Amino acid sequence: MAEEKETKSIDQGTLELIEKAAKEGVNTTFDRAESIKACPIGSVGSCCKHCGMGPCRVPLPKGKEETPEDKKKRRGVCGATAETIAARNFIRMIAGGAAAHSDHGRGVAELFLEVAKGGAPGYEIKDEQKLLQVALDLGVEIGERSNNEIAADIGRIALGEYGKQAGELITLRKAPLKRQELWRKLGVAPRGIDREIVEIMHRTHIGVDQDYKSLLKQGVRTALADGWGGSLMATDLQDILFGTPAPILGQANLGVLEEGEVNIIIHGHEPLLSEMIVTVAQEPEMIKLAKSKGAKGINLSGMCCTANEILMRHGVPIAGNFLQQELAIVTGAVDAMVVDVQCIMQSVQTVAECYHTKIITTSPKARIPGATHVEFDEHDALKSAREIVKTAIENFPNRKGNIHIPDNKTDQIAGFSHETINYLLGGMFRASYRPLNDNIINGRIRGVAGVVGCNNARTKHNEAHITMVKELIKNDVLVLTTGCNAIACAEAGLLVPEAAKQFAGKGLAEVCETVGIPPVLHMGSCVDNSRILIAATAMVKDGGLGDDISDLPVAGAAPEWMSEKAISIGQYFVASGVYTVFGVTWPTTGSKEVTDYLFKDMEEMLGGMWAFEPDPIKAAHLMIAHIDKKRKALGIDQARERVLYDMDMRRELDAV
Amino acid sequence: MSKIIASAAIRGAYKIVGRAEKKWQEAMDKWGAKEPVGFPNTAYYLPVIYGMLGNKVEKLGDMEPVLKRCKSLLPPPVREEHPLPYLAPALDAGMATFFAEELIEAIRYLETPDFYTKTEDPVDGNIWLGAADDVILRKRGVEFVDGTAPGFAAIVGAAPTNEIAVKIAQELQQKNLYVFMSAEYNGKRFSEQLVEAGVQIGWSTRLVSFGPDVIATVFAAGFATRAALTFGGIEPGDYRKILIYNKDRIFAFVLPMGYVTDEWYANAAGAISWGFPVIADTPIPEVLPTGICTYEHVVSNVPHDKLVSRAVEVRGLKVAVAEVPVPVAYGPAFEGERVRGEDIYLECGGGRTLMVEWVTTKRMEEVEDGKVEVVGPELSDIEPGSRLPLAIAVEVAGREMQDDFEPIMERQIHHLINYAQGVMHIGQRNIAWIRIAKQAVEKGFKLHHIGDILHAKLHQDFGRIFDKIQVKLYTEEDKVKEVEEKARAVYGKRDVRIEGMTDEGVETFYSCTLCQSFAPGHVCTISPERTGLCGSYNWMDCKASFEINPTGPNQPVEKGECLDPKLGQWKGVNEFIHKASRGKIDHYNFYSIVNDPMTTCGCCECIAAVLPMCNGIMTVNREYTGETPCGMKFTTLAGTIGGGLSTPGFIGHGKYNTCQRKFISGDGGIQRIVWMPKSLKEEIGDRLKARAEEIGIPDLPDMIADETVGVTEEEILPFLQEKGHPALKMDPILG
Repeated sequence: MAEEKETKSIDQGTLELIEKAAKEGVNTTFDRAESIKACPIGSVGSCCKHCGMGPCRVPLPKGKEETPEDKKKRRGVCGATAETIAARNFIRMIAGGAAAHSDHGRGVAELFLEVAKGGAPGYEIKDEQKLLQVALDLGVEIGERSNNEIAADIGRIALGEYGKQAGELITLRKAPLKRQELWRKLGVAPRGIDREIVEIMHRTHIGVDQDYKSLLKQGVRTALADGWGGSLMATDLQDILFGTPAPILGQANLGVLEEGEVNIIIHGHEPLLSEMIVTVAQEPEMIKLAKSKGAKGINLSGMCCTANEILMRHGVPIAGNFLQQELAIVTGAVDAMVVDVQCIMQSVQTVAECYHTKIITTSPKARIPGATHVEFDEHDALKSAREIVKTAIENFPNRKGNIHIPDNKTDQIAGFSHETINYLLGGMFRASYRPLNDNIINGRIRGVAGVVGCNNARTKHNEAHITMVKELIKNDVLVLTTGCNAIACAEAGLLVPEAAKQFAGKGLAEVCETVGIPPVLHMGSCVDNSRILIAATAMVKDGGLGDDISDLPVAGAAPEWMSEKAISIGQYFVASGVYTVFGVTWPTTGSKEVTDYLFKDMEEMLGGMWAFEPDPIKAAHLMIAHIDKKRKALGIDQARERVLYDMDMRRELDAV
Repeated sequence: MSKIIASAAIRGAYKIVGRAEKKWQEAMDKWGAKEPVGFPNTAYYLPVIYGMLGNKVEKLGDMEPVLKRCKSLLPPPVREEHPLPYLAPALDAGMATFFAEELIEAIRYLETPDFYTKTEDPVDGNIWLGAADDVILRKRGVEFVDGTAPGFAAIVGAAPTNEIAVKIAQELQQKNLYVFMSAEYNGKRFSEQLVEAGVQIGWSTRLVSFGPDVIATVFAAGFATRAALTFGGIEPGDYRKILIYNKDRIFAFVLPMGYVTDEWYANAAGAISWGFPVIADTPIPEVLPTGICTYEHVVSNVPHDKLVSRAVEVRGLKVAVAEVPVPVAYGPAFEGERVRGEDIYLECGGGRTLMVEWVTTKRMEEVEDGKVEVVGPELSDIEPGSRLPLAIAVEVAGREMQDDFEPIMERQIHHLINYAQGVMHIGQRNIAWIRIAKQAVEKGFKLHHIGDILHAKLHQDFGRIFDKIQVKLYTEEDKVKEVEEKARAVYGKRDVRIEGMTDEGVETFYSCTLCQSFAPGHVCTISPERTGLCGSYNWMDCKASFEINPTGPNQPVEKGECLDPKLGQWKGVNEFIHKASRGKIDHYNFYSIVNDPMTTCGCCECIAAVLPMCNGIMTVNREYTGETPCGMKFTTLAGTIGGGLSTPGFIGHGKYNTCQRKFISGDGGIQRIVWMPKSLKEEIGDRLKARAEEIGIPDLPDMIADETVGVTEEEILPFLQEKGHPALKMDPILG
């Protein structure tokens, strides 16, 4: 029995709480993953339920090669082929993911505009420099105008991008020129964010687009509207409102909960309300109230991407990632779990009912029966925040016995935004990506990998994340991380500079020691994957590594993916020219043609392509092989001679 | 940056900024905010602060915002466990260190005006020179521009022994590098060690003793910053460009010698932003990954005999070291060295005896390559303190050799001989003057070696235009006289030929992009009647240079169709400069100061400016540091028009060009000159007089005002009226 439990996570505290839940008869996702098997036909994309004639299941023949006759039979009632069905399912996942990120971005844009107009007390423009940068990006006049005037224009333009019908997204211009031209040439430059998502829903309706290539191209276009549109704007506007992250010390894992304090976990994805909760939790009246209830203070911690957002900006500790959300409640020490949108298990309410924990839903878009609902009102956000914190405090005396907080917490350095990396590599006066590019060229750093994504209850918690990341850094690949992978890395102690010496190859370790960075850089939440795109573009622009993202020795991965957002992210990485490996399962294997198109043809088309490999070591080596292939193409696979300059060579230099 | 280095640099920065703050507070209490402060004779204020921030620190009060900036740049100390990234904060701290050091030094100039000599060389036992003024910057800057000095070594501290100090200094000198010295270690200072060992220090020998304190290291950063502003044409405040310019073009590095204190680390962190790596003789941590510097950032524990070669390699510098078979050190760094009084072993020329130098072409069979003959007494035959007549006759032969190249090669004799340590050479032709020091003779130097030097170096530099060379050195009176008579006849013929050359008489001009290594947008075009504005290159030099190096910085420019004979504009030239300036300039006029004049890199000998009230122009040479009637000192003028700009109303020109016939002929010519510094008038007096006579105004030199008459237009106008200066009656200069 003990052995079986060990297979569920690589984290000791997590295992302790799984055991506690079992003992206390609390059903968790780990149990459900055992009792519910994934539908074998749906999981490979061979089931279509888009009309009332179905669902139609068109599985591959079991245990033998498909014959042409078999293939002919694999059609839905309407005649849609297995290819069409797999492609439809795949791009509907993209639509779901892009909608989630982009709706998050829209919410930020709406708040942003309100702030600019003075309609959202408590919020302000925190990062003026980024405001001006974004104004330049969007073509907003700066002149002698006030920050709020500029911000109002930015907000209007940003919101406009969602409903735009023609042309292309303004922010595509942030990509390398060659990449933009490629998108235009292929006809995948998105017009408006909402329009592309709607068009997926239309095209995948019965009897519309029935060419899998055409469907997948629309998937590309929509994913780009997410990565270079909705997500990018969410990140940029959040930075302006809440500050662009800079390196900060924080902690991670369930051990951050404090038995003697009021524990509030902020779980979900958007920082809009959580920023206010962070402010309110420090108010003397609140602390006084907490003390009056017998608590020593108020202990705020985060979960999932909200955690990443408030960690990056305030150093608020992270209690855990996706698979740890129920377990946090199982500690018996969480007085309130505040949730907004995305990746919130409905079962947190069921688990909470076994303890004293109050689940507080805050988004009008996301309700859970049984939970307390305190709706976030941007016009009076502080009031909402105070009400939430008060509810938590007042719940403190209701704690039941048998509290167990695992003694596991690790330190981490987070806050590596693109702007920060630029600064860190040269200081205020020489900021640039040059040292990164230089050390990639000279081989100290072999390449860069973005390892991101969720947890998946079908696979051992955090194992693939950590195994892959360790393998990459051991091979001198610098890892950029976001989302639940970042939290996993924090829990495994990979996000401190000392990890470089312990886990990284010699070259990477030397660069880390020079700059004072961990070998794995925490860049934020899952909308912040746009930061990785911008970082890759900055590498291209700094020169010496080709003239497009697809020339860079980089790769991406989501070893424990599960959400539709992950598919959207993966697709915009691929469409930006990045080789991207997913683990756990692959949702199109029901069609060889569709899978081949994603895994092979896309490379020719876009320079990046998908791959699937559940073994994290093997996956890491696929990525390294790709990095080496790019190094060779760039001619940096072999050591170069030191160039000594004489006067003639200096004369040949271009002016700076 | 390693954690240890970053932590130390940040601590050091705190100490230095703290010191600056204290000094400033004391100075404010004593003098008040309005008290003027600054480094001597410079248009760049406190240059690092001016370059990086664009702030002009002119008064004590101006220091306040800079101090604030320093403090905002100071990061928190580096945490022992789980530190936040420290490279960038340490670099910021290094920058704050430099700002603070400039403030400290500026206050020192105010508090102790005689602390630094404010000269090129030590004066009366004071060896601390302080900040290089703009005259030094421009004079030395030309060497950086033309490649005679590729960079500098900033030595901080002291060598373990005087002998090691001398060896390292000499090795750097032989690699043509400047040596900037500051700070002390173990009660010793590198510059003092050199002085104790009898080495001549100062700008003349490239061994620059900036100051006794580590704070004076900032003068090196200031020099580098001004090079970017002056020659790179970069705007103050454009810090990024200034720093990248230095990384790419100024081959400097830091050599900390001795225990590296926090303050030293802070200065090293500052230098790294300029792309200057640190090569230490102590076992400090190393920083090998590249990025801010071209290669490694910190290399340590280098043995003293490898220090210079390792530093040059780390900086990524290729130095062509002259292989000259002489028993003394050899290189441009020794050019400025003096041989004085009791040090003289032999003296020739200089009015004491007859001395002559002559390069002449012979037939191939008459020359035996490498043969050096000394006819008459050698150094071993005479007593210390002797005088002898001397003729240096250089005979060359080769298929590509032309008579026109003789004077060019002859002019090389001066610096080629001067490059030998312990040999001082002045003048040329039959007014040459040489002194050989006892120290050189002790090392085995002979007159014969002069021949060896000329053979080796002329072959190296001019090998493409001749095949064989032999040198005869005569020290017998009658032989010397004989050579002198023959040479004098040739000098006369040459002068007539050069004087007779006109722009109309040739189809080809020459470009000069020698200084594009420093002024990337600038391109000179040199015609027979418009010699280079730096004074170094005339048309004939360019022609020879092209023959020697067909892909070099002097390219023939077919002048093509003449678009404007009066102002001097040609189609072929326009096309060339458009291309060579990388599209920055598409045309200019050779003979006008008013209409689209030629560009300047900033290293010109003189700058002329229109004086509208006087209906004429003034010109000022860079050695003159006073005010001028156009309202700007030379250095401000150079800052305004340098960097490859065409600025109507202003031109840069060579001293020689002033008396050439085409000098601003499009605007009326030499009779437009209404003012020039007295020293310049004296320097070019003979030719000025001759040219005045030629145009029929023999009194012109006396009509030109100088600083004794006045330094404003109002002051000099009555003088011009009284003298009846021709400019007053000419057409309005600003049509």
